[in-house]
Amino acid sequence: MSSLFTQEVPLSWYLLLSAILFSLGVVGFLIKRNLITVFMSIELMLNGVNLSFVTFAHQWHAVKGQIFVFFVMMVAAAEAAVGLAIIIAVFRARATLAVDRIDRMKL
Amino acid sequence: MHLILFLVFAGLCLAGAINLLLQSHPINSALSLIVVMVSLAVLYLLLGAEFLAAAQVIVYGGAIMVLFTFVVMLLNAGREERTLGSRAARAIGFPAVVAILAVIATVILHAQGLGVARLSDGITSTEELSAVLFTKLLLPFEVTSVLILIAILGAVALARHSEGNADSQGSAERTGEK
Repeated sequence: MSSLFTQEVPLSWYLLLSAILFSLGVVGFLIKRNLITVFMSIELMLNGVNLSFVTFAHQWHAVKGQIFVFFVMMVAAAEAAVGLAIIIAVFRARATLAVDRIDRMKL
Repeated sequence: MHLILFLVFAGLCLAGAINLLLQSHPINSALSLIVVMVSLAVLYLLLGAEFLAAAQVIVYGGAIMVLFTFVVMLLNAGREERTLGSRAARAIGFPAVVAILAVIATVILHAQGLGVARLSDGITSTEELSAVLFTKLLLPFEVTSVLILIAILGAVALARHSEGNADSQGSAERTGEK
Protein backbone atom coordinates (compact mmCIF):
# COMPACT_ATOMS: atom_id res chain seq x y z
CA MET A 1 0.00 0.00 0.00
CA SER A 2 2.85 2.37 0.75
CA SER A 3 4.25 1.80 -2.75
CA LEU A 4 0.87 2.80 -4.15
CA PHE A 5 1.08 6.03 -2.20
CA THR A 6 4.55 6.96 -3.35
CA GLN A 7 4.06 5.94 -6.93
CA GLU A 8 4.59 8.40 -9.72
CA VAL A 9 2.70 8.89 -12.94
CA PRO A 10 4.55 9.00 -16.27
CA LEU A 11 3.87 12.23 -18.14
CA SER A 12 3.07 10.21 -21.25
CA TRP A 13 -0.19 9.17 -19.56
CA TYR A 14 -1.20 12.80 -19.26
CA LEU A 15 -0.32 13.36 -22.92
CA LEU A 16 -2.32 10.28 -23.93
CA LEU A 17 -5.30 11.57 -21.96
CA SER A 18 -5.07 14.90 -23.72
CA ALA A 19 -4.87 13.19 -27.14
CA ILE A 20 -7.93 11.08 -26.30
CA LEU A 21 -9.86 14.15 -25.12
CA PHE A 22 -8.99 15.97 -28.33
CA SER A 23 -10.11 13.00 -30.46
CA LEU A 24 -13.37 12.73 -28.52
CA GLY A 25 -13.90 16.42 -29.24
CA VAL A 26 -13.39 15.83 -32.96
CA VAL A 27 -15.77 12.85 -32.91
CA GLY A 28 -18.36 14.96 -31.09
CA PHE A 29 -17.92 17.70 -33.66
CA LEU A 30 -18.67 15.16 -36.39
CA ILE A 31 -21.56 13.21 -34.86
CA LYS A 32 -23.47 15.82 -32.84
CA ARG A 33 -26.42 17.40 -34.60
CA ASN A 34 -27.15 20.26 -32.22
CA LEU A 35 -25.39 23.60 -32.73
CA ILE A 36 -24.74 24.10 -29.01
CA THR A 37 -23.34 20.59 -28.54
CA VAL A 38 -21.06 21.04 -31.54
CA PHE A 39 -19.78 24.18 -29.84
CA MET A 40 -19.23 22.21 -26.61
CA SER A 41 -17.14 19.70 -28.56
CA ILE A 42 -14.87 22.55 -29.65
CA GLU A 43 -14.43 23.51 -25.99
CA LEU A 44 -13.53 19.88 -25.27
CA MET A 45 -10.82 20.01 -27.93
CA LEU A 46 -9.44 23.25 -26.44
CA ASN A 47 -9.31 21.60 -23.01
CA GLY A 48 -7.46 18.58 -24.40
CA VAL A 49 -4.81 20.85 -25.90
CA ASN A 50 -4.56 22.85 -22.66
CA LEU A 51 -3.77 19.66 -20.72
CA SER A 52 -0.84 18.89 -22.99
CA PHE A 53 0.44 22.48 -22.58
CA VAL A 54 0.39 22.10 -18.80
CA THR A 55 2.07 18.69 -19.05
CA PHE A 56 4.92 20.07 -21.13
CA ALA A 57 5.24 23.06 -18.80
CA HIS A 58 5.76 20.52 -16.01
CA GLN A 59 8.22 18.51 -18.09
CA TRP A 60 10.49 21.45 -18.96
CA HIS A 61 9.88 23.36 -15.72
CA ALA A 62 8.87 26.31 -17.86
CA VAL A 63 6.26 28.88 -16.89
CA LYS A 64 5.50 29.88 -20.46
CA GLY A 65 3.42 26.80 -21.15
CA GLN A 66 1.10 27.72 -18.30
CA ILE A 67 0.89 31.31 -19.53
CA PHE A 68 -0.11 30.00 -22.93
CA VAL A 69 -2.96 28.07 -21.30
CA PHE A 70 -3.98 31.29 -19.57
CA PHE A 71 -4.21 33.06 -22.92
CA VAL A 72 -6.12 30.14 -24.44
CA MET A 73 -8.63 30.41 -21.59
CA MET A 74 -9.13 34.13 -22.21
CA VAL A 75 -9.58 33.61 -25.93
CA ALA A 76 -11.98 30.73 -25.22
CA ALA A 77 -14.06 33.00 -22.99
CA ALA A 78 -14.26 35.63 -25.74
CA GLU A 79 -15.01 32.93 -28.30
CA ALA A 80 -17.81 31.49 -26.17
CA ALA A 81 -19.43 34.91 -25.74
CA VAL A 82 -19.37 35.70 -29.46
CA GLY A 83 -20.23 32.15 -30.53
CA LEU A 84 -23.25 31.91 -28.26
CA ALA A 85 -24.43 35.33 -29.46
CA ILE A 86 -24.20 34.01 -33.02
CA ILE A 87 -26.12 30.87 -31.99
CA ILE A 88 -28.88 33.04 -30.48
CA ALA A 89 -29.00 35.12 -33.67
CA VAL A 90 -29.21 31.97 -35.81
CA PHE A 91 -31.97 30.56 -33.62
CA ARG A 92 -33.97 33.76 -33.91
CA ALA A 93 -33.66 33.75 -37.68
CA ARG A 94 -34.27 30.03 -38.26
CA ALA A 95 -36.10 28.80 -35.15
CA THR A 96 -33.98 25.66 -35.15
CA LEU A 97 -30.65 24.48 -33.73
CA ALA A 98 -30.24 21.40 -35.95
CA VAL A 99 -27.10 21.82 -38.03
CA ASP A 100 -28.64 19.88 -40.91
CA ARG A 101 -31.29 22.56 -41.36
CA ILE A 102 -28.87 25.47 -41.13
CA ASP A 103 -27.28 25.06 -44.53
CA ARG A 104 -27.43 28.58 -45.93
CA MET A 105 -25.49 31.73 -45.08
CA LYS A 106 -28.26 33.98 -46.34
CA LEU A 107 -31.55 34.36 -44.56
CA MET B 1 -1.43 8.86 -3.95
CA HIS B 2 -0.64 10.68 -7.17
CA LEU B 3 -1.42 7.53 -9.15
CA ILE B 4 -4.77 7.07 -7.42
CA LEU B 5 -5.75 10.70 -7.91
CA PHE B 6 -4.66 10.58 -11.54
CA LEU B 7 -6.62 7.40 -12.25
CA VAL B 8 -9.77 8.65 -10.53
CA PHE B 9 -9.84 12.04 -12.19
CA ALA B 10 -8.63 10.88 -15.60
CA GLY B 11 -11.41 8.28 -15.48
CA LEU B 12 -13.96 10.94 -14.52
CA CYS B 13 -12.67 13.14 -17.31
CA LEU B 14 -12.99 10.42 -19.95
CA ALA B 15 -16.39 9.32 -18.63
CA GLY B 16 -17.64 12.90 -18.83
CA ALA B 17 -16.31 13.33 -22.37
CA ILE B 18 -17.89 10.07 -23.55
CA ASN B 19 -21.16 10.94 -21.81
CA LEU B 20 -21.11 14.29 -23.65
CA LEU B 21 -21.14 12.38 -26.92
CA LEU B 22 -23.79 9.86 -25.87
CA GLN B 23 -26.37 12.21 -24.36
CA SER B 24 -28.98 13.51 -26.75
CA HIS B 25 -30.18 16.43 -24.67
CA PRO B 26 -27.88 19.50 -24.73
CA ILE B 27 -28.30 20.22 -21.01
CA ASN B 28 -26.98 16.75 -20.14
CA SER B 29 -24.02 17.33 -22.45
CA ALA B 30 -23.36 20.68 -20.76
CA LEU B 31 -23.40 19.10 -17.30
CA SER B 32 -20.98 16.36 -18.35
CA LEU B 33 -18.70 19.01 -19.85
CA ILE B 34 -18.62 20.64 -16.40
CA VAL B 35 -17.47 17.29 -14.94
CA VAL B 36 -14.69 17.16 -17.56
CA MET B 37 -13.53 20.69 -16.76
CA VAL B 38 -13.51 20.30 -13.00
CA SER B 39 -11.61 17.02 -13.14
CA LEU B 40 -9.14 18.66 -15.53
CA ALA B 41 -8.64 21.33 -12.85
CA VAL B 42 -7.58 18.59 -10.41
CA LEU B 43 -5.17 17.20 -13.01
CA TYR B 44 -3.67 20.70 -13.43
CA LEU B 45 -3.19 20.82 -9.68
CA LEU B 46 -1.45 17.43 -9.79
CA LEU B 47 0.90 18.87 -12.42
CA GLY B 48 1.68 21.81 -10.14
CA ALA B 49 -0.30 24.51 -11.94
CA GLU B 50 -2.22 25.96 -9.03
CA PHE B 51 -3.24 29.21 -10.68
CA LEU B 52 -4.50 27.42 -13.78
CA ALA B 53 -6.49 24.98 -11.66
CA ALA B 54 -8.28 27.90 -10.02
CA ALA B 55 -8.74 29.68 -13.34
CA GLN B 56 -10.07 26.49 -14.92
CA VAL B 57 -12.77 26.18 -12.27
CA ILE B 58 -13.65 29.87 -12.30
CA VAL B 59 -13.42 30.66 -16.02
CA TYR B 60 -14.32 27.36 -17.65
CA GLY B 61 -16.41 25.60 -15.03
CA GLY B 62 -17.98 28.84 -13.89
CA ALA B 63 -18.27 31.55 -16.51
CA ILE B 64 -18.24 29.67 -19.81
CA MET B 65 -20.41 26.77 -18.71
CA VAL B 66 -22.93 29.09 -17.06
CA LEU B 67 -23.14 30.85 -20.42
CA PHE B 68 -23.70 27.51 -22.14
CA THR B 69 -26.40 26.28 -19.78
CA PHE B 70 -28.01 29.72 -19.88
CA VAL B 71 -28.23 29.62 -23.67
CA VAL B 72 -29.53 26.02 -23.64
CA MET B 73 -32.30 27.04 -21.26
CA LEU B 74 -32.99 30.36 -23.01
CA LEU B 75 -33.42 28.72 -26.40
CA ASN B 76 -35.32 25.82 -24.86
CA ALA B 77 -33.25 23.45 -26.94
CA GLY B 78 -34.95 20.10 -27.12
CA ARG B 79 -33.65 16.63 -27.70
CA GLU B 80 -31.50 16.51 -30.80
CA GLU B 81 -32.57 14.40 -33.72
CA ARG B 82 -30.14 11.71 -34.72
CA THR B 83 -29.27 11.83 -38.37
CA LEU B 84 -26.48 10.12 -40.18
CA GLY B 85 -24.67 13.33 -40.97
CA SER B 86 -22.69 13.92 -44.09
CA ARG B 87 -21.15 11.09 -46.01
CA ALA B 88 -17.80 12.87 -46.11
CA ALA B 89 -17.73 12.98 -42.32
CA ARG B 90 -18.22 9.24 -42.11
CA ALA B 91 -15.89 8.31 -44.96
CA ILE B 92 -13.00 10.67 -44.21
CA GLY B 93 -13.64 12.13 -40.76
CA PHE B 94 -13.67 9.06 -38.55
CA PRO B 95 -10.71 7.27 -40.20
CA ALA B 96 -8.81 10.56 -39.95
CA VAL B 97 -9.60 10.84 -36.22
CA VAL B 98 -8.45 7.26 -35.62
CA ALA B 99 -5.30 7.86 -37.66
CA ILE B 100 -4.45 11.08 -35.80
CA LEU B 101 -5.00 9.43 -32.42
CA ALA B 102 -2.87 6.43 -33.45
CA VAL B 103 -0.03 8.66 -34.68
CA ILE B 104 -0.07 10.84 -31.56
CA ALA B 105 -0.22 7.80 -29.26
CA THR B 106 2.69 6.13 -31.06
CA VAL B 107 4.80 9.28 -30.88
CA ILE B 108 4.03 9.78 -27.18
CA LEU B 109 4.70 6.18 -26.21
CA HIS B 110 8.01 6.12 -28.07
CA ALA B 111 9.15 9.55 -26.91
CA GLN B 112 12.43 9.55 -25.03
CA GLY B 113 13.10 11.71 -22.05
CA LEU B 114 9.55 12.28 -20.88
CA GLY B 115 9.66 12.60 -17.13
CA VAL B 116 7.32 11.56 -14.37
CA ALA B 117 5.02 13.56 -12.14
CA ARG B 118 5.14 13.17 -8.37
CA LEU B 119 3.25 14.83 -5.59
CA SER B 120 6.56 16.09 -4.19
CA ASP B 121 7.38 18.02 -7.36
CA GLY B 122 6.19 21.28 -5.91
CA ILE B 123 3.90 23.77 -7.53
CA THR B 124 4.44 26.74 -9.77
CA SER B 125 3.38 29.63 -7.63
CA THR B 126 1.16 32.39 -8.94
CA GLU B 127 3.98 34.81 -8.11
CA GLU B 128 6.32 33.07 -10.56
CA LEU B 129 3.64 33.09 -13.22
CA SER B 130 2.75 36.73 -12.81
CA ALA B 131 6.40 37.79 -12.77
CA VAL B 132 6.74 36.54 -16.34
CA LEU B 133 3.25 37.60 -17.40
CA PHE B 134 3.58 41.21 -16.25
CA THR B 135 7.16 41.82 -17.34
CA LYS B 136 8.06 39.89 -20.49
CA LEU B 137 4.55 39.32 -21.79
CA LEU B 138 2.90 42.57 -20.78
CA LEU B 139 2.02 43.61 -24.34
CA PRO B 140 0.19 40.35 -25.26
CA PHE B 141 -1.64 40.58 -21.94
CA GLU B 142 -2.85 44.10 -22.66
CA VAL B 143 -3.77 43.21 -26.23
CA THR B 144 -5.93 40.38 -24.87
CA SER B 145 -7.94 42.92 -22.90
CA VAL B 146 -8.66 44.70 -26.18
CA LEU B 147 -9.72 41.35 -27.65
CA ILE B 148 -12.16 40.79 -24.81
CA LEU B 149 -13.55 44.31 -25.21
CA ILE B 150 -14.12 43.65 -28.91
CA ALA B 151 -15.77 40.33 -28.04
CA ILE B 152 -18.18 42.08 -25.66
CA LEU B 153 -19.03 44.69 -28.27
CA GLY B 154 -19.43 41.97 -30.90
CA ALA B 155 -21.75 39.90 -28.71
CA VAL B 156 -23.94 42.92 -27.92
CA ALA B 157 -23.98 44.04 -31.56
CA LEU B 158 -24.89 40.54 -32.78
CA ALA B 159 -27.74 40.17 -30.31
CA ARG B 160 -29.14 43.63 -31.03
CA HIS B 161 -28.77 43.38 -34.79
CA SER B 162 -30.72 40.14 -35.01
CA GLU B 163 -33.38 41.55 -32.73
CA GLY B 164 -33.99 44.57 -34.97
CA ASN B 165 -33.63 42.59 -38.16
CA ALA B 166 -35.70 39.51 -37.43
CA ASP B 167 -38.21 41.11 -35.12
CA SER B 168 -41.11 41.13 -37.57
CA GLN B 169 -40.20 37.63 -38.75
CA GLY B 170 -39.75 36.33 -35.21
CA SER B 171 -43.03 37.78 -33.98
CA ALA B 172 -44.77 36.38 -37.05
CA GLU B 173 -43.40 32.94 -36.20
CA ARG B 174 -44.42 33.33 -32.59
CA THR B 175 -47.98 34.22 -33.50
CA GLY B 176 -47.91 31.42 -36.05
CA GLU B 177 -47.07 28.98 -33.28
CA LYS B 178 -49.99 30.12 -31.20
